[in-house]
Amino acid sequence: MAMEMENQKPIQVDLGHLLAFNPFHNFPSLPTSRDELVKECLEEGTKLVQAVADSLFNLPSTEDVDGPLVKLPPPTTKLPREKHLPKPKPPTKWEEFAKKKGIKKRKKDKVVWDEQTGTWKRRFGYDRVNDDKDVPIIDAKMTDEPGEDPYAKRKDDKKKRVEKQEKNRLQNLKQAAKVGALPSHVQLAATALPITGTQAPQKKVTKDELGNVAGMAATSTASGGKFDRKLPGEKPAKKQGKHRKFLPVVEGSGIGSREKEQNDNVLNKLISKHSHEILNVGKAVTMYNVKKEKKYRNKKNQEGKSSSSSSSKLKPKKQINKKSAKKGSGSAKKGSGSAKKGKAK
Amino acid sequence: MMKVHTPKKGKAKRALDKRAPKLVETGKKTLILQGTKTSGTLNAVLTEIYHLKKGEAVRYTRKNENIRPFESGGETSLEFFSLKTDCSIFVYGTHSKKRPDNLVIGRMYDHHIYDLVEVGVENFKSMESFNYDKKLAPRVGSKPFIAFIGEGFENVDELKHLKEVLLDLLKGEVVENLNLAGLDHAYVCTAISSNRVYLTHCALRLKKSGTVVPRMELVEVGPSMDLVVRRHRLPNEGLRKEAMRTAKDQPKKKIKNVSSDAVLGTIGKIYIPDQKVGEMALPNKAKGVKRERREAKKKEAGERASKKQKEESE
Repeated sequence: MAMEMENQKPIQVDLGHLLAFNPFHNFPSLPTSRDELVKECLEEGTKLVQAVADSLFNLPSTEDVDGPLVKLPPPTTKLPREKHLPKPKPPTKWEEFAKKKGIKKRKKDKVVWDEQTGTWKRRFGYDRVNDDKDVPIIDAKMTDEPGEDPYAKRKDDKKKRVEKQEKNRLQNLKQAAKVGALPSHVQLAATALPITGTQAPQKKVTKDELGNVAGMAATSTASGGKFDRKLPGEKPAKKQGKHRKFLPVVEGSGIGSREKEQNDNVLNKLISKHSHEILNVGKAVTMYNVKKEKKYRNKKNQEGKSSSSSSSKLKPKKQINKKSAKKGSGSAKKGSGSAKKGKAK
Repeated sequence: MMKVHTPKKGKAKRALDKRAPKLVETGKKTLILQGTKTSGTLNAVLTEIYHLKKGEAVRYTRKNENIRPFESGGETSLEFFSLKTDCSIFVYGTHSKKRPDNLVIGRMYDHHIYDLVEVGVENFKSMESFNYDKKLAPRVGSKPFIAFIGEGFENVDELKHLKEVLLDLLKGEVVENLNLAGLDHAYVCTAISSNRVYLTHCALRLKKSGTVVPRMELVEVGPSMDLVVRRHRLPNEGLRKEAMRTAKDQPKKKIKNVSSDAVLGTIGKIYIPDQKVGEMALPNKAKGVKRERREAKKKEAGERASKKQKEESE
């Protein structure tokens, strides 16, 4: 700290903080009124500020548009840091390896001459030099496996390389995180516990799901759970299942008129002025067309069966019979398909 | 399994980089907040501190229920706020019967409480109550002078601590280059007794003195108050050591385009922008230069000829 002699009393000046401290001042007699105190403090303060200014304005300055600029010396009063010192990043696996092997980084040009296309191209990235996509023909090799798509393999290999690099990067970041030297913009977040073996990680069953299952189990007896003994503290099942209600058809008042009301509602909707808005005309048309087509095909099918019976007999008909036993319309379709095939042959 | 999260936009990345620990720190932000009960005086004190520190302070105006900085477990939400706002100094005001107009000033290290000083505010005079020439009014964000007066700041432990905290709170941004024309205010702290400090804020009036150094004159602009030290907590010795560490070798800025040679000495590279000769305006327009007109004429003539031909063919 710079000590300055002034009135035989040293003043500590810290130019870095523009701070002055007079440790030897004490009031001979504490001023009685507030005004006096303030006056004395300001007087003493002026002295101190003047002391700072004395050394500040004598520093070498450079002229600027806004005023003289002064380079402040580093502060002598030490204050604690806000955050810890940044920690050095540990070397990555590759950096370690390169150091061991003595591999040095070389500067490379951003663009490279591409002989394939005869142009300058980027070394990496989109439209890069020696891009796999620019090689339209891959020479066959002795080691090639038959039945394997070389293009797909090339793409797959590239994907695997990228994935491996991503894995390496994560590993290096983890190592850095351990020392606390993760780059400020990177965050590592746990996604899930590591999967061991082939088993998928078990999902935690939520309360709602559990309630649903329990409800279903409780109502799956012959009586719908009506005569089952309840456990102490057991609540009624949450999901009771849907019961369809049929309204009485017999006319009357109250519930008897409900059925009529329901039908009236539907009818009113259909007959009303804007009924075309309710009706999806497009859908209706398609449905109609499909039905028509089906009819037409059925007709044709029956005709075709009689004409090309000889050829279709060659095919095993087992499957068709099976299907036909199950549903009628489906079999008709299948039959028509097979018949067509038979024709073509 | 781990996943790498990186910000998608450059803006977010820059914001995170700003919060990252730095080798050389430039300034601390201040968080100003209050407890469940405050007084009018305290509200004014907090607001005026916020005004003085505008630009590097965050003011929370809601009541905060469970902040008790001196008790264990009472600092949790304070530390969370510090992390959220990236502030490392906090000023927390409460008012109770036992401790009226209570102000806790504390510092954080790595978003954990570093040290604490508790003071009571007395004899508060707000900025509005001072009459002065408004031309002198200090600008926001300028670097202040700080003056500490009194032997109490060296002899009494609490005041010594308070001095350090006040210096950290009031010092403003740490700068290397200072504009002398921008100096316009000063804080004066005087130790009146062993536990009482008179703090006032003054504007500077620079007067001609005949030398390079102008004569300083202090004009009180407020706020001014008495701070009565109540409780304080010094930092943990280990933590103190950790927090006081500084970078030994500060990174040198690489000077571009300057190299040194043993024989030639310092060599500088100068890049000259491309001389756009083609776009340059010529001093006189010679006839030979008027190319466009000539060409236009030729073109016209050619067109006419072709038209004639066409007509003839028809």
